[in-house]
Amino acid sequence: MTNIFNYIDRKSPIHNLTGATKFVCLLLWSFAAMVTFDTKILALLPVVSFILFGLSKIKLKDISFLLVFTLVFMVMNNVLVFLFSPMHGTELYGSCTEICKLWGNNYLTVEQLWYHLNLVLKYFSTMPIVILFISTTEPSEFAASLNKIGVKYTIAYAVSLALRYIPDVQREYHEISLAQQARGIEMSSKENIVKRLKSASAILIPLVLQSLERIDVITNAMELRGFGKNRKRTWYRSRKFTKADIISMIFCGALLLLSIGMNIYNGSRFWMPHF
Amino acid sequence: MIKFEHFSFKYTAQADYTLRDINLTINDGEKVLIIGPSGCGKSTLLNCINGLVPFSYDGTIEGSLTVDGKETKDLSIFELSKIVGTVLQDSDAQFVGLTVAEDIAFALENDCIPTEELKRRVKEIAKLVNIESHLEHAPTDISGGQKQRVSLAGVMIDDVKVLLFDEPLANLDPETGKTAIELIDSIHKDTGVTEIIIEHRLEDVLWRDVDRIVLMGDGKIVLDTTPDELLSSDALIKHGIREPLYITALKYAGVEITPSMLPHSIDTITLTDEDIAKVKEWYLKTETEKEEEKEVLLQVRDIDFTYKNDRNGASVHHALDHISFDVMKGELLAIVGRNGAGKSTFSKALCGFERIDSGKFIFKGEDMAPLSIKERADRIGYVMQNPNQMISKVQIFDEVALGLRTRNVPEDEVERRVNDTLKICGLWEFRNWPVSALSYGQKKRVTIASILVLEPEMIILDEPTAGQDYYHYTEIMNFLEEINSRGVTIVLITHDMHLMLEYATRGIVFADSKVIKDSTSYDILTDRDVISRASLKETSLYNLALKCGLNDTKGFVEHFISFERRVRND
Repeated sequence: MTNIFNYIDRKSPIHNLTGATKFVCLLLWSFAAMVTFDTKILALLPVVSFILFGLSKIKLKDISFLLVFTLVFMVMNNVLVFLFSPMHGTELYGSCTEICKLWGNNYLTVEQLWYHLNLVLKYFSTMPIVILFISTTEPSEFAASLNKIGVKYTIAYAVSLALRYIPDVQREYHEISLAQQARGIEMSSKENIVKRLKSASAILIPLVLQSLERIDVITNAMELRGFGKNRKRTWYRSRKFTKADIISMIFCGALLLLSIGMNIYNGSRFWMPHF
Repeated sequence: MIKFEHFSFKYTAQADYTLRDINLTINDGEKVLIIGPSGCGKSTLLNCINGLVPFSYDGTIEGSLTVDGKETKDLSIFELSKIVGTVLQDSDAQFVGLTVAEDIAFALENDCIPTEELKRRVKEIAKLVNIESHLEHAPTDISGGQKQRVSLAGVMIDDVKVLLFDEPLANLDPETGKTAIELIDSIHKDTGVTEIIIEHRLEDVLWRDVDRIVLMGDGKIVLDTTPDELLSSDALIKHGIREPLYITALKYAGVEITPSMLPHSIDTITLTDEDIAKVKEWYLKTETEKEEEKEVLLQVRDIDFTYKNDRNGASVHHALDHISFDVMKGELLAIVGRNGAGKSTFSKALCGFERIDSGKFIFKGEDMAPLSIKERADRIGYVMQNPNQMISKVQIFDEVALGLRTRNVPEDEVERRVNDTLKICGLWEFRNWPVSALSYGQKKRVTIASILVLEPEMIILDEPTAGQDYYHYTEIMNFLEEINSRGVTIVLITHDMHLMLEYATRGIVFADSKVIKDSTSYDILTDRDVISRASLKETSLYNLALKCGLNDTKGFVEHFISFERRVRND
């Protein structure tokens, strides 16, 4: 079974960075990609992120599920934008270079195609870095890093526990589903949708009840060991920043500045060469 | 020192008091075992000491409970956790950290101890419980026994004065359980910490000495005495606790047990020549039953299966290695072996949950390979270990009817068949009750009923009695025996020795993905080689036979089983 939030343990310079660094870098990077539609920046980011991917020793097949999922999403996003506002590019860039007529008052324009190119580049700018973060950061280090940047540790820990229990819940779902199928509950596409929804409840009800019970036990176990006693806590997994951490953060900060700088230089978030 | 004085407790949600007028003193450095049937209040007692009552479980407290001279009502759960450490029953759910090291460090992290010191302390404690080579392992990568040691380390790191163990043996196979008891004992000896153990598997705990045993029943303390005194009384039977088997055998033989015989362990008990003569006489006059020939129901032929872990594609586990054996029609068969030996994988492969690589399951002459999960389920029913994983309807009747309704059986027939099944299962009076009102044992019955109603010829049950006290255990097993006598073939997957010994006619032993023995239960439990390879534990009857100079240990165990079955059926 594929686990969506899958930490993959490898030895690499990316893994060696602290969770906090990676989290800060992720935020800076995402902002850098978000604030601008400057195609040069958006083309640069994927290139850098592919290099980082190479460094991390994460292989394509490790993350295939997440990759396919986001690619499907990206295609859908583009198709929908095109269908519902084929003239959106023209509005953004303020010019209209028609290629051919589509329907009604709508034309296929160079601006629209340029906009879509930028949209795709945006996906490629952010997606690899998010996947990289997920697959190279241990959930508990993630919690520690959330805490480090000011999130309350109880919340940070809840997030990491949730991540930690996803595989357990997946396994349990699988087991319950098999046992219910053995009792004759059809879960495959042979059944109509109403029946399948009903069948799903036969799995979800025990699953939810089991999870609630588990939460009860884990709450007790945590309280018995002093969780929530102090306003602060330390972390076994927390590490001191190294030179690599500082450099990484400066690098990502520079990317964000560059991105903002380009917006100011262009005088707008959008940029398009003159054809 | 822990001192209860006229202590009573009532949960807010309940009408009656769970603990009533408890007077109990546990001195520093003592090792005390608390036993009693399910629902007698022993877990509540434990939760009063560690502070979960009243901090997590609301209720009314009367009287006084002091720990270390301080009234617990005046302490917070956090202050108490510095004095009292609790190892919960479910060490799986108790595992908070992502790795062993983090879990052990958890309490100190909450105390804001700097990271460098955390690492040092974790190493130190891990060594004490012998888990230091697994510090970077995730909870999914270690065994049940190892998880328990991690839990223990996780509370010991706080330098507590009192350790509480809530049913430490519940999820362990016999061999691992033995090791756990040894570890608990050595920690007691090495650190001088006070230990309180709750458990109903008396014989297994007594593998190592305890200072005192407190017997609880119905919210009260019934008896507070030494193991020798307790075993010489008839209080155990009266309160639904199983006696050690050697004690039962001696009593059957007419030997009177007295404290001076030191009956707390088969190694210490002294028997006079007269006692030995009585045992021999009993052995000779007990007749064994002849097994009748039975026809084959299921042929398991050369089943091979390997788990291919898709993650990284690297880890491959050969879970079933050319498994072959027969299941006879109408028998009650036990599949035993340590956790991870392949027992559960086998049942999943049989039910069609996993696709086998090679081999055949032949059910009544028919190859099951082309059958779907649903079609297999019409022949072989599968009951999961945890009934809460199976129950999805609010009312008992609907739950049992579920399988029939999805098979589009006409409603009048559904009604007839469900009612019949409920009557067999002793659930008919409850048919309109909500499932949530039932006890664990009753829920188990509901899940068995919901399989039975589909009229399979064979049922597989995964650990049917796990976590049950003797009373409920007997209840479930007698029920299964009754179904069995109606002609349903029953296969039990278990690591409970008693269960196999007492109820199963035959056992299949799994070890390292292979079948290493296929024989009668008494033959298996007196075979030292098989016992050690499968992490089983030899029965104390074996040692009793040797002690009485009987060399035919197998025969002795066989005679005991026959005698016991007759006693039970009368």
